[in-house]
Amino acid sequence: MTALLSIGGVTKRFGRVTAIDRLSLDIHENEFFALLGASGSGKTTLLRMLAGFETPEAGAILLDGKDISRMPPNRRPVNLMFQSYALFPHMSVEGNIAYGLEMERLAKPEIARRVGEIMEVTELSSMARRKPDQLSGGQKQRVALARALVKRPHLLLLDEPLGALDKKLRAAMQLELKRLQHEVGITFIVVTHDQEEALVMADRVAILRDGRLLQCGTPHEVYEHPANRFAADFIGVMNFIEEDGRTLALRPERIRLFPERADRTTEGRVTARAYHGLDLQLHVETPLSPRPLLVRLTADAADRRPVAEGDTVTLGWNDADTRIFKD
Amino acid sequence: MAPALLWLTALMLVPCGLILALGFFRRGLYGGIEYAFTLENFALIVDPLYAGIFLTSARIAGTATLIAVIVGYAAAYAIAAAPRHRQPTLLFLAVLPFWSNYLIRTYAWIVLLNREGLITQGLRLMGYEGEPPSMLYTEGAVITGLVYNYLPFVVLACYAPLARLNPELAEASRDLGASAFTTFRRVILPMTLPGIAAGAVFVFVLSIGNFITPALLGGGRFQMMGNLIYAQFLTANDWPFGAAISMVLIAIMMGLLTLQAIAAERGAGERREGANG
Repeated sequence: MTALLSIGGVTKRFGRVTAIDRLSLDIHENEFFALLGASGSGKTTLLRMLAGFETPEAGAILLDGKDISRMPPNRRPVNLMFQSYALFPHMSVEGNIAYGLEMERLAKPEIARRVGEIMEVTELSSMARRKPDQLSGGQKQRVALARALVKRPHLLLLDEPLGALDKKLRAAMQLELKRLQHEVGITFIVVTHDQEEALVMADRVAILRDGRLLQCGTPHEVYEHPANRFAADFIGVMNFIEEDGRTLALRPERIRLFPERADRTTEGRVTARAYHGLDLQLHVETPLSPRPLLVRLTADAADRRPVAEGDTVTLGWNDADTRIFKD
Repeated sequence: MAPALLWLTALMLVPCGLILALGFFRRGLYGGIEYAFTLENFALIVDPLYAGIFLTSARIAGTATLIAVIVGYAAAYAIAAAPRHRQPTLLFLAVLPFWSNYLIRTYAWIVLLNREGLITQGLRLMGYEGEPPSMLYTEGAVITGLVYNYLPFVVLACYAPLARLNPELAEASRDLGASAFTTFRRVILPMTLPGIAAGAVFVFVLSIGNFITPALLGGGRFQMMGNLIYAQFLTANDWPFGAAISMVLIAIMMGLLTLQAIAAERGAGERREGANG
């Protein structure tokens, strides 16, 4: 795989605040890449530098081997889908989507054909003449996506693309975005603060904190092998046990109840019990840590050995399932 | 609703109705009004002498409007683009002259434009020795006075939609390949057009009926509709004719305001219609 986009030693400051600090990252052709971080991590600043709305103080941004870091946004083969969608309210759906092609001075029939095609793909054909304020949130999101995709950019940037949608629609759109990305064969970079969303959608995830790259890898890598304590805490739910000057990290689903065989076991008392349908979550007080350990049992396992609040239980896990961080 | 209607009737409709009625009577021999129905006041308006004054008024008001819109929009744009915490101060400064008396503001221009005024003195200081430029008592002076006085209306009317504009819209336009100028022409300008229209109607309507500025800065050489009405009521003592001209002026204002309202309503209507389609 070749690197389509190569970010090398990029730094961006706003006054005394360093938003991005000597960040380097390679993104491959046709990849679905997620930039994951809390607010203030610098992920949006990085995205705006890729789109051309901010200029880095140092470092280079190479797209297809060419440095684009100082190129104005209207000359970059990169498009951004804004978090607010930024649809032009005085133009119809069709007008919004055609706008970018009109800027390329394409012939009218060519524009009409490509706009028609993308409206077909994004299921917008029936609302071509509507204005943005007559659309639902999900429809607006599809118009914003169509408007960016119709330009056939080398790189599509998406700023919290599903942030404004309700929970059910978001889950559906995560898979829909992934399908679309496969269909159009364009490299996607998604900025999100939602770690679950990043894991579901992306081929690779980069975790940002205070303008630095903490870890970059496949969803499986960052979930199962977090590079440091912060990454471990940020992605998914994690139990931390401090002992002998080091930290043991253990996923709740790796802890078993009354195990027949386990590398380590401990006794504990159930202090809370929450049924989630798919699984049962228990808070268990143990001598190992001041905070109760979170244990996640599948519905199956929970049925086999019912527990109630106040019960004393034995917990066990294997060393291979733990990660050790030295602070 | 009812108190507002009463207020409108007492303070708007009744006085306007009285003036309209006056226009249909004959002027008394020694001033005053002779209560005999006639249409000759309205016939007199199309007389070339008076029609010429209407055209001059429209030309001067139109030019002032155009200049005020361009300058006012640019000022509003600059204010809306300034850092957010500085905008109230800038807006305050733009509107500040408005809080002094209209006459004083107009006299200030006489001091500036006078043959031996500040501008001439400034030129002398820079070494100019020829004839002082004649600036006062010209059409240019009248237009300058009108633009200066009504500029704050345009700044305020244009600032509101510009400040409300989501900056991401301009960014989206740039991102989709538009230059800064195309972004202005296709996104920013159409979205702020209602503000421009409101400001323009304001300046035009106030300018065409103005009589102080043409009298002071035009030196009586430029009669506008306002001066004509003033003269009929106070000098010529021909109230019926003055009333007839007033009605024409009010008709022009109502026409423009109605047009603007219809345009605004049509924009909203189109949006509603599309929702059903």
